[in-house]
Amino acid sequence: MNIVVLVKQVPDSGAERTLSASDNTVERGSASNVINEMDEYAIEEALKIKEAHGGEVTVLTVGPSGATDSIRKALSMGPDKAVHVADDALHGSCAVATSKVLAAALGQLNADLILCGAESTDGRVQVVPHMLAERLGVAALTGARKLTVDGSQLTIERQTDEGYEVVTASTPAIVSVWDTINEPRYPSFKGIMAAKKKPLQSLSLGDLGVAGDEVGFAGATSQVLEWSKRPARSGGAKVIDEGTGGEQLVAYLATEKFV
Amino acid sequence: MAEVLVVVEAGVKKVTLEMLTIARGLGEVSAVVFGEADQAKLAEFGAAKIYTASGADVLDHGAAPKATAVAELVKRVSPAAVLLASTQEGKEIAGRLAVKLDNGLLTDAVDVAADGTATQVVFAGSTIVKSKVTKGLPIVTIRPNSTTPVASAATPAVEELTVAVSDSDKLTTVVERVAEQKGSRPELTEAGIVVSGGRGVGNADNFKLVEELADLLGGAVGASRAAVDSGYYPHQFQVGQTGKTVSPQLYVALGISGAIQHRAGMQTSKTIVAVNKDAEAPIFELADFGVVGDLFKVVPQAADEIRKRK
Ligand SMILES: Cc1cc2nc3c(=O)[nH]c(=O)nc-3n(C[C@H](O)[C@H](O)[C@H](O)COP(=O)(O)OP(=O)(O)OC[C@H]3O[C@@H](n4cnc5c(N)ncnc54)[C@H](O)[C@@H]3O)c2cc1C
Ligand SMILES: Nc1ncnc2c1ncn2[C@@H]1O[C@H](COP(=O)(O)O)[C@@H](O)[C@H]1O
Repeated sequence: MNIVVLVKQVPDSGAERTLSASDNTVERGSASNVINEMDEYAIEEALKIKEAHGGEVTVLTVGPSGATDSIRKALSMGPDKAVHVADDALHGSCAVATSKVLAAALGQLNADLILCGAESTDGRVQVVPHMLAERLGVAALTGARKLTVDGSQLTIERQTDEGYEVVTASTPAIVSVWDTINEPRYPSFKGIMAAKKKPLQSLSLGDLGVAGDEVGFAGATSQVLEWSKRPARSGGAKVIDEGTGGEQLVAYLATEKFV
Repeated sequence: MAEVLVVVEAGVKKVTLEMLTIARGLGEVSAVVFGEADQAKLAEFGAAKIYTASGADVLDHGAAPKATAVAELVKRVSPAAVLLASTQEGKEIAGRLAVKLDNGLLTDAVDVAADGTATQVVFAGSTIVKSKVTKGLPIVTIRPNSTTPVASAATPAVEELTVAVSDSDKLTTVVERVAEQKGSRPELTEAGIVVSGGRGVGNADNFKLVEELADLLGGAVGASRAAVDSGYYPHQFQVGQTGKTVSPQLYVALGISGAIQHRAGMQTSKTIVAVNKDAEAPIFELADFGVVGDLFKVVPQAADEIRKRK
């Protein structure tokens, strides 16, 4: 099975994150950048499918040149090769444009199965998988907590507020995964060494036949007008329980009319 | 006045009423219903028109046929905006719709102004952003608990849609829907009060304490990722960056340290109360009221005290 895993580099959610003061895009220079956590689960799932059914795993990233670090890290987990779409014109792209570029790259990769995270931690938009399904005309199985592959037949379980759903489709398909699906492996020393030599193909927008003004600020379909930091919350009263902590808590809730 | 399409969540959830309330500031409200919905409720909150679409072709294939239905409607009635809920399915329909119409899209808004400018809260609740769709009409998904629903009665005209569902809209099939035990608690993202437990709760059995307090307060139960990963409580109740975002009137954190990724899901709560035995726990930096103490002593006492006051 030919599997492509979508991997996005994002600012570390554990560090201070901000928007750029000059152009309102996510500040990627100051924050430490990491693989979008959910995508590690997609990589793990791809590797498990390859181990069980054979095939090849390709990592695909659309992002700035610095994203190479995250690509090498992804490769150290075990995928065979990577494709990195980088182009200065991409800066400022909205989700609609990003999906256009990803779809163009996927058009050259002939995947039976596209795996990706359910959401990215910077944008949290959760829309790219469905945008890609729409553009590529392939099936979308999204939000999987379990994936079963039986020949070309795919079955997922996905959590809903009421319980869960079982959803099926045939390849070619895109499957997005939550962090409940597996436990991603740590790269081994051997994996890290091997990753340095794995093929990493760089593509520009021109290679994909996408015009510069379809992406970036020029092609953006939405615009951040302004942003501000919310005033930080400050802690209020703090009491030390000396036998009446529970009562004091309820007294507070009563003054706020919650009881 | 142009129509504003509000794509209704099955069962008419609270977020639907919030969307109807916001939509009234943008134009004349038309609800789009897939399957069954409480039409009286939609009327009570101002739906001047209700479009319905049903049948297995529309309902059993995920977001694709629904996006087709909304796209057809957009082309036909040229609405001023389309609002959807920031739920898994709402975002999926929105994403497809944006591609179909080659249109901009804004997700997780807490408000939409009359001119279409959306307000979003990002980066773990630390930053407020105002954005606008610059290509096409505003397609905006609304986060639950963004506003207080306000009724405004209307007498809606109901129109049944015939949707041209293509084969490519039916590539996925929902073959089974399994309902899990739900009980009488309000839904996590829509609850006015949320009581969450963390690793400090110690084990699954002890979560009864968290549930008891939630029930006494009429709230929902939430959990930190550490509590979920340790198997204390099911994943769908996880609050935080990789779980649900909640914004209740009251959030009670029991045995939760207050890591940045947990804050991401609860920081915009109106009032925050915490019980933690570590006086230095970061959760106290955002708690309006904190008790430094053992939750196994404080929580049962609080529960007794609430019972006494009832
Ligand atoms: C990419 C990423 C995404 C994440 N997403 C999420 C997410 O969605 N949600 C989330 O919650 N976390 C998330 N996390 C994890 C997060 O970083 C923390 O590890 C997690 O929130 C810790 O949970 P906790 O507060 O329950 O546990 P701990 O940090 O272990 O805190 C337990 C607390 O309980 C207190 N305690 C112990 N015993 C008692 C007692 N008897 N009485 C009172 N207090 C007691 C302790 O003092 C301590 O403060 C994410 C992490 C990453 C890297
Ligand atoms: N620029 C990108 N490059 C590669 N994959 C991406 C990119 N943007 C989004 N994705 C994938 O789409 C998933 C959902 O992202 P999002 O819709 O932004 O929440 C992510 O987990 C990634 O797997």
